[in-house]
Amino acid sequence: MKTLKVYAIFYLIFLYAPIFLLPLFAFNSSTIIAFPLESFTTEWFTQLLTLSEMHGALLNSLKIAVISALLATTLGIFAAMAVSRYSFPGQKGIMGFIMLPLVLPEIIVAVSLLIVILRIGLDTGAWSVIAGHTLICTPFAIAILQSAFAALDPALEEAAYDLGETPVSTFRLVTLPLVMPGIISALLISFTISMDEFIIAFFLTGADPTLPVYLFSMLRFPKLLPAVMALGTILVVLSILLITIAEYFRRRGAKRTGNDTGGFL
Amino acid sequence: MVDMTADTPLISLQNINKHYGDYHALRNINLDIRQGEFFSLLGPSGCGKTTLLRTIAGFEDYDTGYVTITGRDMRGVPANKRPTNMVFQSYAIFPHLSVIENVAFGLRKARMSKADKTQAAEAALEMVGLKGYGHRAAHALSGGQRQRVALARALVLKPKVLLLDEPLSALDRKMREQMQVELIKLQREVGITFILVTHDQEEALVMSDRIAVMFEGEIAQCDDPEVLYRNPKSKRVADFIGVMNFLPATVREEDGRYIATIAGLGETEISEAQCPGGVPVGAATVGFRPETLTLLYEGQSATHREAPAMIDEVVYYGDMTYYDVRFDGVDHPARISMRNIFGRDVLAVGTQARVNWSPGALVVFEQSA
Repeated sequence: MKTLKVYAIFYLIFLYAPIFLLPLFAFNSSTIIAFPLESFTTEWFTQLLTLSEMHGALLNSLKIAVISALLATTLGIFAAMAVSRYSFPGQKGIMGFIMLPLVLPEIIVAVSLLIVILRIGLDTGAWSVIAGHTLICTPFAIAILQSAFAALDPALEEAAYDLGETPVSTFRLVTLPLVMPGIISALLISFTISMDEFIIAFFLTGADPTLPVYLFSMLRFPKLLPAVMALGTILVVLSILLITIAEYFRRRGAKRTGNDTGGFL
Repeated sequence: MVDMTADTPLISLQNINKHYGDYHALRNINLDIRQGEFFSLLGPSGCGKTTLLRTIAGFEDYDTGYVTITGRDMRGVPANKRPTNMVFQSYAIFPHLSVIENVAFGLRKARMSKADKTQAAEAALEMVGLKGYGHRAAHALSGGQRQRVALARALVLKPKVLLLDEPLSALDRKMREQMQVELIKLQREVGITFILVTHDQEEALVMSDRIAVMFEGEIAQCDDPEVLYRNPKSKRVADFIGVMNFLPATVREEDGRYIATIAGLGETEISEAQCPGGVPVGAATVGFRPETLTLLYEGQSATHREAPAMIDEVVYYGDMTYYDVRFDGVDHPARISMRNIFGRDVLAVGTQARVNWSPGALVVFEQSA
């Protein structure tokens, strides 16, 4: 028992220590990333404000993440409904196929997308990153939405229909409000995944880098390293915040429909 | 093909057949349901009763036949355009709406002012005994309250037919009995035809004007509760409705009269009226209800016929005692129910008793039926 406890503690330190080091060095006044720490400073955060190239990358990333999240969630709604409301031949196989990007190495997705795009004779750019991100975000959106739709009693939709609503107004008045927490949660998770994603963006981003790609390029300049730490700190905090909000909405939805299935946290 | 005349039944099902793949879910259903009737579809789970209800509601398609409501053919008419409303087994109360919003949901498209809609919803809530509950959150209600909200939500639309899918099965016994009485009262009050699906024969007997007993997608018998209880058409119906004891017998014809020799009871003449499936000359099964037999105490003599029996088991219910007795030469016990009368002892297990039975209360079935 005791060795297991020690093991678990070491495991957690191994996982999270680097992330805790990030804010530590972000607020350290030395430009060299090493112990001992010197003094407290917020200089690196103010320095971030002056890096206009970084602002472009941030905007690019936000744009890509918002569009990818919307696309992935929309596709996710259709897929989750198809799975939970209907049964058709080949359903399991098709679903497995859609969920495949979850386990596919991103480098493979990135390289093959790049080859296809170049072969067709198109230019890479924000749109190709969006395509790649939608591909990898959709399975996450489906997983979340599937649990939201599964928790929904089909009799609720039948009841609305029985009370005179059309299939479309039933979806708007009953289905949508009840799966809304799942939709918000799927949007936030997809957004976070797209924001953080590096490999696909690195290959497909073209002339306008996304934030992670820009960060990577910054590593070549030791002078900018503390600023990278500061940016990393902001990103970690934002990611945790978004995932927490996503999970809050998912749980609230599960509580309202009375059963909790799935979810990532 | 159907014209609207005064004696057209409210709902008419003609020759309905439905398959799920190879499974024959509904077999030749023919049924007329009258205006203002409290009608029950009764049967074990998987007998097709819910499928039949959903067929009337418009949620299920059927392969052959006609469903007509007020003389109008319902083929191709979807659930949202039918003059029926349903109370679902899970109640299907919209959890994101308040009680009053749930009740007024179906009025959304009605041509009336907002104030009138609210008033109609309030009136419906009052009718089901939930006055003042309008602004509560729907997901915070108890099972019995959800049931009432579901009723109010369906009744506020003044449907021609209210369909109830096992509405009481999720309630505890006390609540269920209370709701049974309330539903009967409510139905009389609003005069709307109710069609209830249930697997609980007691519930069906208590509530219905008429009951259709279903087995394996087929209607086995459709009658009012008393006829169903007293004159079941088959052994299976007899067994499903209440308790019926069965004894093996042989029937022979003698000068145009029918004589049955019943194991443990002896010989008796039976009439054709006692044989719902025709007189089964030869091997037969005789059925009788527990309350048609009485145990004779010392000094009592039989009013009809008398047979010796051994008391096998005594189940005491306070107001009633159930005795399982074994007639001479019969290897399975028969149940007798006796009202407990003050000053009369409950007989003990192992007592040799005399049983008073009346030939007129017997129902004679074919042996296999």
